[in-house]
Amino acid sequence: MGTGSQLAAELFEQFAIPHFDRLYNFACWLTHDRQEAEDLVQETYAKALKGFSSFLPGTNFRAWIYKILRNTFLTSRTGLKATATVPLDLEGEEETLPSVKKTPESILLQRSDGQFVQQALEQLPVAYREVLLLCEVEEMSYQEISATLAIPMGTVMSRLSRAREALRNGLRPQFQKGCIQR
Amino acid sequence: MACESWKAKLDTYLDGELPEQEMRTFDAHVRGCQSCSADALTRVQMKRVIQVAGKRFVPTIDFRRRIEQSVTPKPRRSFRLGWILAAATAVILVVGTLTSTCLGSWSGKGQASRDHVYSEIADLHVATMASSSPVDVMSTDRHTVKPWFQGKIPFAFNLPDLQNSEFSLLGGRMTYLDQTPGAHLIYDVRKHHISVFVFQERSVSLSLKLPASLDDTSLSPKQLPFNMETWSQGGLRYFVIGDASAADIDSLAKLFKAAS
Repeated sequence: MGTGSQLAAELFEQFAIPHFDRLYNFACWLTHDRQEAEDLVQETYAKALKGFSSFLPGTNFRAWIYKILRNTFLTSRTGLKATATVPLDLEGEEETLPSVKKTPESILLQRSDGQFVQQALEQLPVAYREVLLLCEVEEMSYQEISATLAIPMGTVMSRLSRAREALRNGLRPQFQKGCIQR
Repeated sequence: MACESWKAKLDTYLDGELPEQEMRTFDAHVRGCQSCSADALTRVQMKRVIQVAGKRFVPTIDFRRRIEQSVTPKPRRSFRLGWILAAATAVILVVGTLTSTCLGSWSGKGQASRDHVYSEIADLHVATMASSSPVDVMSTDRHTVKPWFQGKIPFAFNLPDLQNSEFSLLGGRMTYLDQTPGAHLIYDVRKHHISVFVFQERSVSLSLKLPASLDDTSLSPKQLPFNMETWSQGGLRYFVIGDASAADIDSLAKLFKAAS
């Protein structure tokens, strides 16, 4: 290994390792399987290391490596299967949905132990799940999400809005149950 | 603006993605609008719950290790580089051994500087002993040797009277320690040669970053045939080094201390 390659490898290590835990978490959410998630993360790191020379210094490394992971997932068998079930009306609707009315949601959310939310997240189509996780868990900006998912900013906003609405719909039975119990 | 128009942008507002001016306007509205503030509260709570619920999966230690190993650079040295590194290692070992034996009892702040000083002193002694002309002024008379240094070094020092001792003066020469001029005296005791180095304490301390209060120290290396003693007196730093016994080194050091 030449000095240049050695330095590049050291630089890659410094950049990539801090994202490991979160990449793994994201991979688990995408695949719903820990073994598959490990394979996905391993392949992501291998691809990223190999293609590190194509990473432009000064640009967003996090968005770059998440994009590799996501693209790797999409071309996997699980990924192809998951995306085949994406609703047809997912794209092309830039308007945001009407907001929810005042409900006892806030009280129930306060009491929630996260289990219902996890279940609701699991039920979401992968396109909604990933955009929501990138925004809320990874705390990416719209611009970062746009770069990671390779979609326009407007689509990021509309997809996020729909994902949130879908999650609320998924949680609605729990909310209703909570209301009855109260 | 109707509340519905505000609410259409509520998520973008809570994500902190509205332009700065619009954020301020939104802040003012949310504070004054009961419906929007209630909606904002619910959505913030939803964001928090997703954030917590979303951080769900933790990798195993074994998997982490595998990934770390896969990205850690594995240095492959060239044949030439390998030889250079081997040679460098050998040099470091030799110097390190000499230094560590001289300074085995020392530790803490200034250790690296002291290592460097003693390594230099040992080198000067060895190089002089190996030279075909180890002294520039060859005399057993201290009254000849001492004046020889006048004008050559920026300080004066006293040489001990060797009467009733086993030591004999062979001569002296100019020396330098890190660009600091000093006197190098060579003595003989039972066919063993001993070097005495004298420098200005301040110059040595400054140039070599030695601690100002370097205590008198006697060193007895176990792996190399050198004994060394050093002390500071009258603003001068003395080093006595040679392959003579530690007792001889100490005796000569005491003669110098008595003469100064």
